[in-house]
Amino acid sequence: MIRFEGVTKRYGDADSGSADGGSPGEGGGDPGSVAVDNLTLEAPTGQITVLVGPSGCGKTTTLRMVNRMVTPTSGTISVDGRDTASMDVAELRRGMGYVIQHAGLFPHRTVVDNVMTVPRLLGVDKRQARSRAMELIERVGLDPAMARRYPAQLSGGQQQRVGVARALAADPPVMLMDEPFSAVDPVVREQLQNEFLRLQSELGKTILFVTHDIDEAVKLGDQVAVLRVGGVLAQLASPAKLLADPVDDFVAGFVGRDRGYRALSFAAAPELSLTDEPTVRLRATGEQVRAIGSPWVLAVGDAGEPVGWVRAAAVDHEVTRDLLHRGGTVASTAGSLRALLDAALSSPSGRGVVADDDGRLVGTITAAEVVPAIEARRSATTAGELPEGASTR
Amino acid sequence: MTWALDHLSEILTRAGQHAWLAGLPLVLGLVIALPLGWLASRTSWLRASLLTTTGLLYTIPSLALFILLPSILGTKILDPVNVIVAMTIYTVALLTRTVADGLSSVDPSTRQAAIAMGYGGFARFRAVDLPLAVPVIAAGLRVAAVSNVSIVSVASLIGISQLGYFLTDGYARSFPTEVWVGIIACLLLALVFDLVIQVVSRALTPWTRAVAA
Ligand SMILES: Nc1ncnc2c1ncn2[C@@H]1O[C@H](COP(=O)(O)OP(=O)(O)O)[C@@H](O)[C@H]1O
Ligand SMILES: [Mg+2]
Repeated sequence: MIRFEGVTKRYGDADSGSADGGSPGEGGGDPGSVAVDNLTLEAPTGQITVLVGPSGCGKTTTLRMVNRMVTPTSGTISVDGRDTASMDVAELRRGMGYVIQHAGLFPHRTVVDNVMTVPRLLGVDKRQARSRAMELIERVGLDPAMARRYPAQLSGGQQQRVGVARALAADPPVMLMDEPFSAVDPVVREQLQNEFLRLQSELGKTILFVTHDIDEAVKLGDQVAVLRVGGVLAQLASPAKLLADPVDDFVAGFVGRDRGYRALSFAAAPELSLTDEPTVRLRATGEQVRAIGSPWVLAVGDAGEPVGWVRAAAVDHEVTRDLLHRGGTVASTAGSLRALLDAALSSPSGRGVVADDDGRLVGTITAAEVVPAIEARRSATTAGELPEGASTR
Repeated sequence: MTWALDHLSEILTRAGQHAWLAGLPLVLGLVIALPLGWLASRTSWLRASLLTTTGLLYTIPSLALFILLPSILGTKILDPVNVIVAMTIYTVALLTRTVADGLSSVDPSTRQAAIAMGYGGFARFRAVDLPLAVPVIAAGLRVAAVSNVSIVSVASLIGISQLGYFLTDGYARSFPTEVWVGIIACLLLALVFDLVIQVVSRALTPWTRAVAA
């Protein structure tokens, strides 16, 4: 557990305290400007705590105070009950993985040597450090053949994976992550986020994660701390609670549009009675399709997996993949109410496709059938108090 | 051409002396400039004063330095040590800024990552900042090498043997061939230095040639 108690950071004081992190010429802020204001916060063990807020609200400063790259002006920060100020700074830092926006890999070291850095600093022998590094390289989803490349030979997303592997190499209980996925394109970012969640479900690190992206915050956080400019904590809550019940206008504005709809991400899909959907196989003939008697017919693959809707009138000879409508999303029985509603809304037939864990078709549901479930959930959780355990992540 | 061939062994001897007088200071100067540049890269007020001082050293005329040094060092005027010391001073003057610039050229996120991994002062210098500064330092060394080869030739005016002798002797005897031989030998020597520095620098920086695959 990382615990902040009344932590304030004011830049421009006599001892601006940028530790040895400052290069000459740094420190151009207003004299005495408050970057973090009397912050009290707990990041629970084994969970992801996200710090989110607009640019300049003190997120990076907060993070760097944990590993003492920035010295707090006042207040204390403790990790598992130990005051960080009393610890040896190198020991403190090597017990915390640190991942930053542009990965910050060492350009002159190969991928595997980058990953081996902290274990080597801790005195682990070379062979052991190397085999551990190779294991991690695969674990973060990189081809082991990349191990001997230099960072310049990797894409931004790959570099970011190496950054995560390097931070994990010494198996530190704590991870500090400063906008690690902000500099990659949206598709890669989504992959990295999903794999990050998968890794965390295996590793259970205590993570402090900084982002300016509220969608990333609610997706990744077990709890989310929203900061406002001036470094004041505006709200600390679970993502579901944050979307459903922003504490003031600032948080409401920051959380943004569609929050009612987005909050449904955190509501597990209830067991609803689904409608059996008549289907056709790929390569079914026009007659077979029209025999079903519906303008839109669902096609399934060999394993019974839904592949898409086809317009009956459009089939001349047989159902081919390029005739399929691509718009509909598929909800999972283990998914969220949001996914269920979205499947219904995005389906050309108005019937949302629901599949089981193995991807096989279970049935369909209309938006009109999903809405009562949403209403029922509201009345079950009156007074706006949402069940905190309702996350479906 | 025949003159050069006739005097080949003399040319080679003087070239060897020239290489020693220019090359040893290059190494000594680098060894001194590394800690100075490191200090300059770490502290902003030191940076300004160190770089100004070392910069000024370069403006002292070489002949003056060759003549003054014996009285400062207590050496004889004909002692090659004077030239070695003088050339070392010039090398330091040129390299301190280069080293400081090279060390501060490390990408900020790389530096942040190094600090966050618990790399403190000297360890970071040795493991991260210095290796990454090699290309910049090598570029500075190449300039210093050429400059040294050319300045050393002036030492023939105080009677220290090296390739500059052919310039003064050829001039005194109004024998242009000898002057040309001196110039060309100096040029070739500078090229050899340049080549050696480039080869060493390449060997130290395989990562600079790693291109996106
Ligand atoms: N080294 C520094 N010296 C002076 N002011 C700083 C320094 N670092 C950050 N600040 C100021 O502190 C505030 C918070 O910065 P930061 O923690 O980087 O915010 P965020 O990461 O949320 O964008 C900003 O106003 C910034 O200008
Ligand atoms: Mg920041």
